[in-house]
Amino acid sequence: MIPIQHFLVLGAILFALGVYGVLARRSAVLILMSVELMLQAVSINFIAFAAYLAPQEFRGLIFAIFVITIAAAEVGLALAIILRLFRNRATANVDEVDTLRW
Amino acid sequence: MTLEEGIFYVVAAVTVLGGLGVVLARSVVYAALFLIVALLGVAGVFLLLAAEFLAIVQVLIYGAAVTILILFVLMLTRARDVPQAVDGPQKPFAFVLGSALLGLLVTAIVTTDWAALGATEQITLVPARELGRSLFRNWSVPFEVASLVLIVALVGAVILARMEEEEE
Repeated sequence: MIPIQHFLVLGAILFALGVYGVLARRSAVLILMSVELMLQAVSINFIAFAAYLAPQEFRGLIFAIFVITIAAAEVGLALAIILRLFRNRATANVDEVDTLRW
Repeated sequence: MTLEEGIFYVVAAVTVLGGLGVVLARSVVYAALFLIVALLGVAGVFLLLAAEFLAIVQVLIYGAAVTILILFVLMLTRARDVPQAVDGPQKPFAFVLGSALLGLLVTAIVTTDWAALGATEQITLVPARELGRSLFRNWSVPFEVASLVLIVALVGAVILARMEEEEE
């Protein structure tokens, strides 16, 4: 039997990788992919908690379903915004979009 | 080490390698392909957690739809035509912060007494029928709100992406 800590540590590793990616990457698409990694980590945690701590209730699983739903909406919207950004500024790198910087 | 643990370590290694590829790959397209590996690995983890419905949803939505969307945008933004640095100047800071966060989380996970919190030793399989019943009975309002969010977001995405053509 796999202890719950294994799943939680895997989730922590994925989340830390996502944080690193969000901060280190320049391209908006790569940042979005790192955000997806973090969402996956959250889903793993939700399902692990649901399976180990409250097996008779499905709250964790329901939350994971909603995480996936919202993530799908978020990806569609974010990619449309990136597309607009590219058409207006001819770049998808977040550090080159600095019109608001003083 | 039991067979179950062996499978878990293989799946976890695949997932972590995919994640590392996403954040370290030099090419944006390779990063997107590594993302598919990571997402399929996570689907395997869901299977090990006896959430087979979510594993299937994961493969369908993430493994197919989301990655294809990302690859489409990579194609449309022609990100691979311009060879350039993919990482910004905050890389060392990001590494320090990521490692610190990982250390903090792992410390919290290891020091917590999970048995005292009621962690079971045996994963019970959740039948998809029960899950669906719970979703449509106890969670029907959030479900409807989620469908509203989805349609608003996707119509918004279409309008955002097509705005330029209408202006011309």
